[in-house]
Amino acid sequence: MSTDTAPTEARRHPRLDAAPRPPSAPRPSANGRKAKGSWAIKLGSLLAAAGLWQLLTATDTRLWLRFDRLPTLDEIGGEFARQLGTSTYYLDLLQSLIRIVTGFGLAAVVGVTVGVLVARSRRTGDVLLPLLEAVRPIPAIALVPIAILLFPSDEQGIAFITFAAAFFPIVVSTRHAVRALPTLWEDAVRTLGGGRRHVLWHVVLPGTLPGVFGGLSVGMGVAWICVIAAEMISGEFGVGYRTWSSYTLVDYPAVIVGMVTIGALGWLTSAAIELVGRRATRWLPRAEGNLA
Amino acid sequence: MTTLTAQAGLGFTLDGLSLGYGGGPVLREVDLEVIPGEVLVVVGSSGSGKSTLLRALAGLLPPYTGRILADGVEVADTSRDRAMIFQDDGLLPWRTIRRNVELPLEIRKVPRGERRTTADTWIARVGLAGSERRLPRELSGGMRQRVQLARSLVGAPRAVLMDEPFGALDAQTRAEMQRLLLGVLRDTRATVIFVTHDVDEALLLGDRVVVLGNGGVRSVIDVPVPREPGAARDELRARILEEL
Repeated sequence: MSTDTAPTEARRHPRLDAAPRPPSAPRPSANGRKAKGSWAIKLGSLLAAAGLWQLLTATDTRLWLRFDRLPTLDEIGGEFARQLGTSTYYLDLLQSLIRIVTGFGLAAVVGVTVGVLVARSRRTGDVLLPLLEAVRPIPAIALVPIAILLFPSDEQGIAFITFAAAFFPIVVSTRHAVRALPTLWEDAVRTLGGGRRHVLWHVVLPGTLPGVFGGLSVGMGVAWICVIAAEMISGEFGVGYRTWSSYTLVDYPAVIVGMVTIGALGWLTSAAIELVGRRATRWLPRAEGNLA
Repeated sequence: MTTLTAQAGLGFTLDGLSLGYGGGPVLREVDLEVIPGEVLVVVGSSGSGKSTLLRALAGLLPPYTGRILADGVEVADTSRDRAMIFQDDGLLPWRTIRRNVELPLEIRKVPRGERRTTADTWIARVGLAGSERRLPRELSGGMRQRVQLARSLVGAPRAVLMDEPFGALDAQTRAEMQRLLLGVLRDTRATVIFVTHDVDEALLLGDRVVVLGNGGVRSVIDVPVPREPGAARDELRARILEEL
């Protein structure tokens, strides 16, 4: 048989079967300018917010909102510098991170598994969905009394609250992502000789990654809210506990330091998920200039 | 090096076959013999049941009544013996071209090195050497169909079911793909069932043409000189158009 028909034809009509041209990409220098401009805007936005804070607090402004009670930037900076020199700050940080990693990690594994199971198996869906739908509307933080009663230690209770917070966004996103998969991919794998296991491994798991990472991202945000709240209620260490403890001691600069730390931790963990998600779904078409 | 050698094509027997998607039947009481190794082209207007028939042959759609036999064995599920090529390419978008073509071999647990060599041979055969590491979204419609052709043939299936594979392509790319298909088919012993709504394509590719309409088979027409681009077929064309 002739095996060179196609290349010959392709050479003869090079433009007929050519790959689509990429959209007219801006020149690298233009891209670089855009990126710099974008960073300048982001930085400017943060600096403007900080400047406004300083202005309102340093002048003891009372415009219905009472900024005169809040610490100024230099008071917060001084407190931050002091805390950075203590081991307690890092222990609290580590404790909160361990709780997040434990609760969120468990929620990711169990949530994706349950999401796939309820979407792919009618029987499992019949068993689990009513239960999930009944429990889902309960805010995870409302489970604190149950957690206190149920678990022998506060630590386990906080991990449970974190797990419960992240679990539902992950399971719901995964379930929707599985159900939204085009049947064409599954049909293709089946007609190539693949069974259920191959469909799961080669289609369902990679195909649902964009939806799963959406759920992980939302789950991480909710997990932070709940871990901090749980630490405030029943913790002995952790950023949430320390922030609340500072408030009760009327140490407002330390409260703001705690809040900034919580914000930074949440932002870092969400950015990590975003980064991993973008790497895992590199195959998705993305709009030009759609930066993380 | 190709480990999986071409095997004799599958013969199909359709016996009182009725098909549908839960409502009324799309096809009723179809009886048809598909000869091993032939290229059977199915034509018909939209909604005549061409794709439905193909999905049933692939094992993706169970019949309401009747049965399909493949070499005497009832078709109850999909099988690697019956590869299918879809109009919307069905390539897995997260896999590179090479990994898409390797998929049937991966499913059969062919060792990685052998898998890669075989896949690359087929990629070159469909004229895409050099594109092994590209993603499907980086290819044109015609190139994606070439990949799909390579992926379906790499596992040496005994039947290839093609559901309007060139339907979305422009006229010139379509002609190129037809030439490519004719070249590849010369080398395989697989039975090919090709669905199209293009009568000229049917007469160019098919040993026989089945015309579907009114929920069944209207006629089965032998093509005297199949796969000869210059052959005169005006009479056959007129006959098929009349049946449609």
